[in-house]
Amino acid sequence: MSDPIRLTTPFSDADVEKLKIGDRVLISGVIYTARDAAHARLVELIEKGEALPFDPAGQVIYFVGPTPPKPGKVIGSAGPTTSYRMDPYSPTMIEQGLKGMIGKGKRSDEVKAALKEHKAVYFGATGGAGALISLCIKSAQVIAYDDLGPEAIRKLTVEDFPATVVNDCHGGDLYMEGRKQYAAK
Amino acid sequence: MRELDVSLITQALKRMAIEANTELGDDVLCAFDKALAIEPSDTGRDVLEQLKLNASIASENKMPLCQDTGVAVVFAEVGQDLHFVGGDLNEAIDEGVRQGYAEGYLRKSIVRDPLNRVNTGDNTPAIIHITVVPGDKLKLTLAPKGGGSENMSGIAMLKPADGVEGVKAFVLECVSVAGPNPCPPIIVGVGVGGTFEIAALLAKKSLLRPVGEHNSDPYYAALEAELQEEVNKLGIGPMGMGGVTTSLGVHIEYHPCHIASLPVAVNIQCHSARHKEVEL
Repeated sequence: MSDPIRLTTPFSDADVEKLKIGDRVLISGVIYTARDAAHARLVELIEKGEALPFDPAGQVIYFVGPTPPKPGKVIGSAGPTTSYRMDPYSPTMIEQGLKGMIGKGKRSDEVKAALKEHKAVYFGATGGAGALISLCIKSAQVIAYDDLGPEAIRKLTVEDFPATVVNDCHGGDLYMEGRKQYAAK
Repeated sequence: MRELDVSLITQALKRMAIEANTELGDDVLCAFDKALAIEPSDTGRDVLEQLKLNASIASENKMPLCQDTGVAVVFAEVGQDLHFVGGDLNEAIDEGVRQGYAEGYLRKSIVRDPLNRVNTGDNTPAIIHITVVPGDKLKLTLAPKGGGSENMSGIAMLKPADGVEGVKAFVLECVSVAGPNPCPPIIVGVGVGGTFEIAALLAKKSLLRPVGEHNSDPYYAALEAELQEEVNKLGIGPMGMGGVTTSLGVHIEYHPCHIASLPVAVNIQCHSARHKEVEL
């Protein structure tokens, strides 16, 4: 197994272009959290032409709704949620310059087409490894939609967040390729 | 008639909510080790190692294994010679969930109504299944159930002519369509027979068994083993990234049904297969 690729946010087109499906990466820098409810609000703002709580250009969104932090802790458990629920919204976010998404599970053909067209990448993190992943989150701050509780938008600072490239900007799909490789003939 | 104060139920559920969400059962941990011994995919083994490490971090730090601490599914087997005192049984269960999810810093994942979607803020109400059994004891089981795997579940009202082949095809289709979404390796809960609602309930109940423990009926045990092998031939693998460990176990429960019917339900459980039991 090759060594993981270290990436720092925000991403340029060149950062994204060099990534291929199956690459293991360690992401550091600022990332933003959002689930379905927050995405619905973001896309509504975009449709109305209003400003977003953060500029998505070059940024990475992590699909997560963490558990509450215990006293003295930055965050609770914080593993990925299933990504297809964000499929209706992700192409719009990618058009706004979003360069990366972290989640788990399949994406739609529309999302995969947007990754290709606008040079963006979808990473899979290990679902159910919320305690492990929380250790690489160094700060967390709610920046919008506090009323959504676990679904609020948080600005996270992460160090060496482990993920794997599932859909690259070249049309690759690790879920399809991996399955093909190991399915009994 | 034995009396049981419902405050004891609240206390028990509070403790179980925290323990179930922070301590992964030995049955699941053993299943990870077995899978690691045979999984040929590097990525797949890496995922399984992460899951083992995650379980030890969660246990040491008393923090949730997964951020989705679930909807609180509670099974209560009530002895018919038991009399509850000191309050409402259902409210006592909800209060235990409320206290456990607050004190355990667990996520509140329940919305008041499915279309207007405002969070109840305390993870209540629990989903409560009560059955009356002989005796004067109360057996409580709490199974926090995550949304990601629950969403990949399905039900089919097959024709009797579809038979066992129809059941197998439906189970394999559910797992295949779910692919990476429900956080494989999964446990596949199958309910066959009964009525529309009983098939679904049996599928959920089958998930309460220790992972990989077979049905006591040899016919259904053999069917479980066969389906387990077929599911793992799909190639989905840990987190869907390819491999031979798609399922840690297929559990089937069955029930008598109408001469015209063959209901089959599949309830998918992620690898964070959490449940706790207590007898009061």
